[in-house]
Amino acid sequence: MTVGFIMMCHTALDRAAQVARYWATSGAPVVIHVDARVSEHDYSALGRSLADLEDVSFSRRYKCEWGTWSLVAAAQSAAEQMLDRHREVRHVYLASGSCLPLRPLSELTDYLAARPYTDFIESVTTTEVGWTVGGIDIERFTLRFPFSWKKQRRLFDRYVEFQRRVGFKRRIPHGLVPHLGSQWWCLTRQTLSAILQDPDRDLYDRYFKRVWIPDESYFQTLTRLYATSVESRSLTLTKFDFQGKPHIFYDDHLQLLRRSDCFVARKIWPKAERLYSTFLAPGNGSSVMAEPNPAKIDRLFSKSIERRTKGRPGLYMQSRFPKKDHENGKTSAPYSIFHGFSDLFENFDGWLAKYVGARVHGHLFAPERAEFAGGEEMFNGCLTDSAVLRDYNARAFLTNVIWNSRGERQCFMSSPRDNQDNNWFTATDPNAQISVISGAWALPLSRMNENFATIRREAARLQKRELDHLEILRSMYVKARVRIWSIAEFIENPMEPLQTIIDEISPRSTRRLTEAPQMVDLAGFGQFLQNLKNQGMQPLVMGDFPLDEGARQTATRRGRPYLVK
Amino acid sequence: MAVVADRTGQIGGDDILVFATLRNERVRLPYFLRYYRNMGIRHFLFVDNGSDDGSRDYLADQEDCSVWVTNASYKVANFGMDWLNWLLRKYGTGHWTLTIDPDEFFVYPFSDTRPINALTDWLDTYDIRSFPAMLLDMYPKGPIDAVPYVEGQNPFEHACWFDAGNYMISRNQKMHNLWIQGGPRTRMFFADDPLAAPSLNKIPLVKWQRGFVYTSSTHMLLPRGLNHTYDTGGGEMVSGCLMHAKFLSPLTAKVEEELDRAQHYAGSREYRAYAQTVGKQPDLWCKWSEKYINWRQLEILGLMSKGNWA
Repeated sequence: MTVGFIMMCHTALDRAAQVARYWATSGAPVVIHVDARVSEHDYSALGRSLADLEDVSFSRRYKCEWGTWSLVAAAQSAAEQMLDRHREVRHVYLASGSCLPLRPLSELTDYLAARPYTDFIESVTTTEVGWTVGGIDIERFTLRFPFSWKKQRRLFDRYVEFQRRVGFKRRIPHGLVPHLGSQWWCLTRQTLSAILQDPDRDLYDRYFKRVWIPDESYFQTLTRLYATSVESRSLTLTKFDFQGKPHIFYDDHLQLLRRSDCFVARKIWPKAERLYSTFLAPGNGSSVMAEPNPAKIDRLFSKSIERRTKGRPGLYMQSRFPKKDHENGKTSAPYSIFHGFSDLFENFDGWLAKYVGARVHGHLFAPERAEFAGGEEMFNGCLTDSAVLRDYNARAFLTNVIWNSRGERQCFMSSPRDNQDNNWFTATDPNAQISVISGAWALPLSRMNENFATIRREAARLQKRELDHLEILRSMYVKARVRIWSIAEFIENPMEPLQTIIDEISPRSTRRLTEAPQMVDLAGFGQFLQNLKNQGMQPLVMGDFPLDEGARQTATRRGRPYLVK
Repeated sequence: MAVVADRTGQIGGDDILVFATLRNERVRLPYFLRYYRNMGIRHFLFVDNGSDDGSRDYLADQEDCSVWVTNASYKVANFGMDWLNWLLRKYGTGHWTLTIDPDEFFVYPFSDTRPINALTDWLDTYDIRSFPAMLLDMYPKGPIDAVPYVEGQNPFEHACWFDAGNYMISRNQKMHNLWIQGGPRTRMFFADDPLAAPSLNKIPLVKWQRGFVYTSSTHMLLPRGLNHTYDTGGGEMVSGCLMHAKFLSPLTAKVEEELDRAQHYAGSREYRAYAQTVGKQPDLWCKWSEKYINWRQLEILGLMSKGNWA
């Protein structure tokens, strides 16, 4: 008892011949179907190259088009030929011309001999498959498909839509439960002959001729009528990508294929010389009777599909440039923006760096230069501190900073003095943690040695910029983790918000803040705000800051670190 | 344009062809030819723009090269693209074509284990007609002219450093291609005028059809659907890189010569910028420079992508 192979071929006939020879000389009969579109010249060359092999024969040729009945018809007649000519065949294995055996034939025949009544055919009901092309599952069996999906897509779609609208439904022949699955099966003589010799075969064939992609459903459905034991999986290792195209194996997959312990793989790149010479070499085998285990290959291919469909979050590059709001990750990792903190506290970045395991920059978007951590002039990825280059494409600068430092959280200071181009971008980025002390920008102004008129103008400009930013941060589109305090609110109790922010940055660290950052001298700030007001500029973002904050100062006096709890 | 050596009769139906213009690149040619022959290129079509260093004779002697010569102006010929568009139309139609400069070295996913026709066969199954490869400027550590380049040598033995993450991208609304700037040239020579910094986006590999035309170097093509080489929904399409062996000795001499000829893009502003800077600050290397290992490294850094090719 042995296994017989049907090979469906249309290109790379020399490779198909090599594989057919391998199987036939190992003792398995082969029936080859060659697509009718293959030229007579190539067809007869193939015939000549295999003429010395008695157990290789050619079946009636059909013109096979993707997703049509012709593929089933070709498989039927080849299967009939196989069953008629080779009485010793117990299992019939449907393969293609781009299949490659990965294990010696004897291992496959032993495997099948141990399971003499088992049909290996992936066969699942339509509700269980998630991979159907075009979102059409059960409708494959109930609608009509006179138009080619590949060549007449618009007509195809419209006609499907029309049938759905008018509620058209074909009747599924009595007793059939539609099943789908990979077209590469291995069936027993018993099951296969029952399908081919069924008294109702004409009825079924007529029905399946108008089903969409019948090569994925004809044998898969009918097997369920006769099989005693169905293993719903294919013995052929074949993986499809998100567009329904089979993944292709190359020489560099050799180890992966070898370790998969699968019997047959498809699709092999015809010029993968090393794969063909290795796996078709005599004596290639594992000696242990391993179960096929394609998990590693599954992972490889599903990762590649994910890369193609989702991509790497936060990456902007030559072949991934997502439209706004289709980024699947505007940036690659969480980061924190501290707005106003460096104005309220002295050396805030130095203090913060002690408490978070993160890179703490100064004002990355300062007007003069990008203030990288440690006063560096360059940063990961060869980013420079040039303000001109940064402002030329501020978004690219930010996303580059985050991408280049993957694995390390970035924190940076911000203020209304800085470049504001990224305000919408960061506000709508779930990776951003934005903490704002509004009005803090006025503190340096209050100590500035400058004409008050100039100071007032600058205050008005900065306040306008901050108000614009706050409006964004309070809009309904915000995706960032945003916290806003006015300076008046914040100085009431600075430690609690700081602890909250820092806990969020490093959630696993249980360190309590033991030392407060040093607040700048607030003396005279209330008066400064009053002066602005007197001069006709209404401070809007400072909150209810008292004119005389002397009383408050006792609680938060500079140079008096205190413990929380 | 006059024929020097026409071996185009040897071109087979499935051959992948290289198209290039050159001027005085004799010393670089042996490695260039070796690199692309190993990749699986079957025929080279060169336009020699008035070389006087023996480049033309050298190429004319190669069995897989066809050579044309012209002494016309590179600038008037749209920086050589008019000549190449004509050759592409005449000999490239129906073929996968790789249009590059003699200092550009194509890398693509799996280029160390799969020949270029593995890539083009794969692109064919997905009906993808054009393939992007960003220009990656490679530079040595230390002064560029410190170590002279020796004929036949891999230029990236010395010029093995590159900038990994300072690229800026925007979309060209008219032609739909991406406009990429950045890298060492931008940060060293164009920090005051980034708008003028050189474009790094390139689409060098195209399955040529009648009616296709490169409009500005190999940065973009018409019809503009060919420029859609990037995904806009978050996914990654397959892409490669053109490693650029520009910063190779003798650079100073080359810059002087090119400035003299004034045949380059936008009044040769790039060469003027080099001339101003290369003299006094010749080191492009910095401590964040990345040392080239292989294509997988470029993939991990996000400069190119495997997409769904596995």
